[in-house]
Amino acid sequence: MRRTGPLKLCLIGGIVMIIQFFIPHKFSKNFFDGIVSWLIVSAIPALVIGYYSISHLHLNKIKRKKEGFGYSIVTLSSIVIMAFIGFMWGIEENSLFMKIYQHIQMTMQATMFSLLGFYMASAAFRSFKARTPEATLLLVVALVVMFGRVPIGESVFVKLRLPNLIEWILMYPNMAAQRGIGLGVGLGMMATSLKIMLGIERGWLGGTGK
Amino acid sequence: MSHDPWIWIAVFFTFCIFSFLYKDNPFYRFAEHLLIGVALGYQLPIFWKNVVGPKVILPLQNHEYWLIIPLCLGFLWLARLIPKYAWLSRWPMAFSLGTGAGIAIPLSLQASVFRQMQGTMLTKAMLSPSITPVIHIIGNIVMFVGVITTLIYFYFSVKHVGAVGKVARVGIWYIMLAFGATFGYTVMARVSLLIGRFQFLLHDWLGVID
Repeated sequence: MRRTGPLKLCLIGGIVMIIQFFIPHKFSKNFFDGIVSWLIVSAIPALVIGYYSISHLHLNKIKRKKEGFGYSIVTLSSIVIMAFIGFMWGIEENSLFMKIYQHIQMTMQATMFSLLGFYMASAAFRSFKARTPEATLLLVVALVVMFGRVPIGESVFVKLRLPNLIEWILMYPNMAAQRGIGLGVGLGMMATSLKIMLGIERGWLGGTGK
Repeated sequence: MSHDPWIWIAVFFTFCIFSFLYKDNPFYRFAEHLLIGVALGYQLPIFWKNVVGPKVILPLQNHEYWLIIPLCLGFLWLARLIPKYAWLSRWPMAFSLGTGAGIAIPLSLQASVFRQMQGTMLTKAMLSPSITPVIHIIGNIVMFVGVITTLIYFYFSVKHVGAVGKVARVGIWYIMLAFGATFGYTVMARVSLLIGRFQFLLHDWLGVID
């Protein structure tokens, strides 16, 4: 019951949703919307697990006064303060909540991702060596795409009468490989979904009791 | 120079994150932990307003009591916190995975397989110079060859020797080209974020550029 029950529910749920897809009727559409709504509602308490997990981790650090426990205090208190502000004074445009979001969260996120530009450039400088023809192709295309996206590059391409070169590379050979990969991913998703439904893939059952 | 305190706060955190370029330091770690906390705190009121309110509270107020079923199912997630009853959390997981797999199978077949194949197929019109410009005709052929060769490269059920090996080699060229284009795009996206941060510092904060 502890294992077979959930496995049966998984199989039945999967089969019902596949059948539903092939029934072009209003009832079928409403059923689909209902199930999606059920999925969202049933996932709400899972959020508690996530917040419990991060709180547990940081509270343990604080309790044991592990190295850098002060940062854990920062994380926990900022969760509480941010949520409190949102619930107390609302989340409308120009509210304190949104100001914090715009000037602290968005600022730091954008800076963090821009920082990755430096590391990508330095990693590329160290690792991009045209050792093989394939590696050279990767390097050349990357440079052409980067160069073609800045004003000076664009003007050079116009002078060479190749203004649409980058668009052409992106639209055809690049898209061809992306499509091939996408087809593989789609088939892989179907195979994995089938394995889950049929109970071949049982990793999700975990080790929580027999 | 700006007199808006929020701009100064954003500038402080921008420099905190950029300080990592020198080395890991307490300012960066403070900003990093604050970002995690603020992002998690931000999610709670947003989730409450956009999901819990319209998907649970409002329907219950409208006497749609059937929602209690997925809600109860969802609360079984919390059984994970009690080791003795942790197996109960398999039920909501089975529901999510089963229905999710059932939804994913026909959708990936439609979106990732059929649509991609449809987009790759060559029609008479796509190869006719009177209808399609020559550059696009070449592109369509390049695309067709690219998708087939990329798929053959990922087909590991036969050894990549002889004719298959040669075709797979062409596939590698396409894949390397796509990786190069993706890399170039990613770097440019990061660089544009970096430019955005410098614009913020020089325009919004210092006011030295228009």
